[in-house]
Amino acid sequence: MDTTLLFIQTLNGIQLGLLLFLVASGLTLVFGILDFVNLAHGSLYMIGAFVAASLTFVTGNFLIAMILALPVTAAVGYVIERTIIRSLYERDHLDQVLGTFGLILVIDTLAHLIWGPEGIAVPLPDWLNGQVELFTGVVVPTYRLLIIATGLAVAAGLFWLVNYTRLGMLIRAGASNRTMVSALGIDIQMLFALVFALGAVLAGLAGMLVAPITEAAIGMGGDIIITAFVVIIIGGIGSMKGAFIAALIVGLIDTLGRSFLDDLFKLVMSTEAAESSAPAVSAMLVYILMALVLAFKPSGLFPPKVR
Amino acid sequence: MNKTFSAALAATLIAGLSGTAFAQTKEVKIGYVTTLTTGGAAIGKPMETAVNLAVEHMGGKMGDFDIKVIFGDDGFKPETGKQVTDKLVKQDNVDFVAGYIWSNVLLASRKSVLDAGKFLISSNAGPSPVAGKLCNENFFSTSWQNDQNPMAMGEVLNQRGVKSLYVMSPNYAAGKNMVTGLERTFKGEILGKDFTKWPGQLDFSAELAKAKASGAEAIFVFYPGKAGGAFVQQYQQAGLKGVMDLYTVFTIDAVSLPRFQKANFEGVLGSFQTMFWSPDMDNEQNKRFVASYKEKTGQYPPHYAAQAYDTMYLIKSAVEASGGDLKNMDAMRAAMKSASFPSVRGEFTYGNNNMPIQNFYLREVVKDDDGDWTTKIVSTVFEKHQDPYAAECPLK
Amino acid sequence: MGTLRKKGTLTIVVMAALAILPPILLWSGQAFYLDLATRLVILAIAAVSLNLILGYGGMASFGHAAFIGIGAYAVGIPVYHNTYGEFEIIASYSGLFQIALAVGISALFALITGMICLRTKGVYFIMITMAFAQMVFYLFVSLDIYGGDDGLVIDIRSELPLVNLDSPLQLYLLAYGSLVVAMLIVRTITRSQFGMVLQGAKGNNERVVTLGYNTYAYRLTAYVISGAMAGYAGALLGNFTTFISPEMMGWTRSGELMFMVILGGAATTIGPVLGSLVFIVIEEVFSSFTIYWHLPFGIMLIIIVLYVRGGLVGLITGGKKKRGK
Repeated sequence: MDTTLLFIQTLNGIQLGLLLFLVASGLTLVFGILDFVNLAHGSLYMIGAFVAASLTFVTGNFLIAMILALPVTAAVGYVIERTIIRSLYERDHLDQVLGTFGLILVIDTLAHLIWGPEGIAVPLPDWLNGQVELFTGVVVPTYRLLIIATGLAVAAGLFWLVNYTRLGMLIRAGASNRTMVSALGIDIQMLFALVFALGAVLAGLAGMLVAPITEAAIGMGGDIIITAFVVIIIGGIGSMKGAFIAALIVGLIDTLGRSFLDDLFKLVMSTEAAESSAPAVSAMLVYILMALVLAFKPSGLFPPKVR
Repeated sequence: MNKTFSAALAATLIAGLSGTAFAQTKEVKIGYVTTLTTGGAAIGKPMETAVNLAVEHMGGKMGDFDIKVIFGDDGFKPETGKQVTDKLVKQDNVDFVAGYIWSNVLLASRKSVLDAGKFLISSNAGPSPVAGKLCNENFFSTSWQNDQNPMAMGEVLNQRGVKSLYVMSPNYAAGKNMVTGLERTFKGEILGKDFTKWPGQLDFSAELAKAKASGAEAIFVFYPGKAGGAFVQQYQQAGLKGVMDLYTVFTIDAVSLPRFQKANFEGVLGSFQTMFWSPDMDNEQNKRFVASYKEKTGQYPPHYAAQAYDTMYLIKSAVEASGGDLKNMDAMRAAMKSASFPSVRGEFTYGNNNMPIQNFYLREVVKDDDGDWTTKIVSTVFEKHQDPYAAECPLK
Repeated sequence: MGTLRKKGTLTIVVMAALAILPPILLWSGQAFYLDLATRLVILAIAAVSLNLILGYGGMASFGHAAFIGIGAYAVGIPVYHNTYGEFEIIASYSGLFQIALAVGISALFALITGMICLRTKGVYFIMITMAFAQMVFYLFVSLDIYGGDDGLVIDIRSELPLVNLDSPLQLYLLAYGSLVVAMLIVRTITRSQFGMVLQGAKGNNERVVTLGYNTYAYRLTAYVISGAMAGYAGALLGNFTTFISPEMMGWTRSGELMFMVILGGAATTIGPVLGSLVFIVIEEVFSSFTIYWHLPFGIMLIIIVLYVRGGLVGLITGGKKKRGK
């Protein structure tokens, strides 16, 4: 096997994994602390992409647009929490799944009405549009490196936030014992709204980062939400560390599967059959992994200690 | 407290009764199935516009008949497509069913229309079975068979002396046909092929890395609709321009060019593709169509719109030949088979399988006089080209 | 209509309406509405089967559409091979064989996946059932011979003794009869000792375990029965649409089934049927007005989840059943 290609594909896998982590981290925060299943998390990802795309044409610069779009997605998340989500906290997970499923339909259709069905292509500044030669023969798009850098920075930031700040302390306390946090006199409603908005920002950021690659498009949230769920289930609901590791594993499996599975299949079946079955089987691998993990560890790889 | 229940029942009944009110005037009913929701609507919308434009140009009449078009949304899914087709046939009792962007939707729906003894006209999809073994005397196409455009592209690649190629295409009926078509004519070596998940996958990092590592001279892709934009963007970001030349079919067109222009992706200017039609074709029907379409939307029509526009004129030719009786299938069939309607592509004929026998051209992406991005015909690749499945069709 | 306050009366009214209305619609020239009713009744069978585990057993399966898909392909694949050759062993037009295959494979799939899924709880259960459904989804996507993503057209419907499935009315009556039987099965199960244990385990598993019941085995049995019933519904659905594709088992389809059960009223006899009825009718009505029908539909979904507890059955009969955590 070509080691250069293997290296590049590993990098691609890590990049995909970090994007997944951004989506999954918000999901696991909301899930772990608020005990809330948010299927509509993917819609926030789509909103981030569309808002950043629109702002790119207003400001003329993608990076400035991103910085402006972050508070916008936070605000959208905050409003959704105040109006709809809040009433669902006390319901069982099933009601939450159904309610947020309805929310997906509403947000997707609204996006269609506002931005049209075509989607928006997002231009990058020239310095991001090029490639970097890491070492001889390994040339990667600059923008993909930016995604990796952003993903790692956010991961470090979240690690700091959860482990070393007062908010983080509350978050950890809230995840394991909600009544105690309220007993301490903390405005739990405000804390919940903040956490939800933070989750929205993380999802929105992922959407913004992906927009210059895939364009902002209707329905993009539905494609990623299920994978993000798989990530947090594998990692253990509420565990940031689990989400990070699981996201990287899933990203690598998906990318390496797409890269090398067809060659592997050609050893045992016809070229034609291998070409068409490999993509589906590589998509299946992720779910097989999840089932395996749950079969042996029914609460995921890193379940939070007290639930 | 049983209002919800009664309301539901009432809704069923009302919906049932409203269907019974039949038309007072003579009317030709056309069911038009396309994609009006999801990202696929980027293609469906221009088709809808073109159909309405055709009705407008016909003054709302085909012969003595008032035109009534009922649009159905396939939601980008074969199953939904079949459901709306069933409804058009059984509930609306339309005289013609037309449209269909996606090969898989057409394959799922064709039986419902043809078994009911109605005409089915594809405005886009051309999967191999409907041209070959599953051909039907009541099925007509105003587009092409899937293999044909990539066949023309393979010929272009030969002419340009391309020796090695990497191929990428979505993993569905049309995607496979496109690759088969290319392989029919391309004489060089195909160093690698990737069929990607459809329509979900839009990130092609892994595949582009493989393509680059293969060392092929050029890359051939088929990514219709929004996937095309995503692909072109990543092709540029990967720095493949100038390293591996890009040859496409149904990927860079008037659906995606306005978006590219807005984002100023100059890389697509000067790229080549093959097609049976182009907005710059010089005939009366086309000039009128392109001018009105631009007036209406401010954009050039994509070929999807051109095919939809032709579909309506094909139906018109049938209705006018019916002698006022839309049950006169034989007369209408003969009229359509003669392809005597004014087509935006100029003159063409129908083969035994009711697929067009037509020219295929090489198109280049250029700026027009106003600075808008469009396509222009460079040369003719195939003259009067017939699809390779016609021989498998038992029709005469 | 104060009489509807009794659930039994409601059941009879709804079932009677389903028995009488569709044939009348057919005879008045509304063939399409018979189609709508057929799809409704078939999905209702699947919803009834889901209700057994979700409503009575507290097992929220988010992968129930997989069984429907398996059942449909159990019709499509034998027909395909009987028409185009290969795999002589399963090639057949016989409906009895196909239905046996649909039920058998669904049950087997439920047994194998259930053994793993039932080790998990809560959201993990929701997600692992979804994961297995996605595996089946991608399995069929990868099977090029059966059309992969593009799906498979069923050229010839199942050949059954006494019924001709090519007749829309006979197909409807078969589906309707099957629905009645499915409802009776679930009703009998839930009123038996088996059902008591199942419902007890939903409320307080530890207590039922202490009483000496192996609740895992009880729940697994219910899961297998439910999967087999949904597989049967899939066989009917394949015969009805004559087109099958992996799309039938996508996660949104499983979500819709869950919605039908909750909408109508979980853990009631008529709830899932009422839920499917309202779901299908509203989908049909909304989508005929606007292509943006997902918007009112989504809003309606949210409102129902927020304000209608105990589903439509609760609303109609005035029940105050609450579903807490």
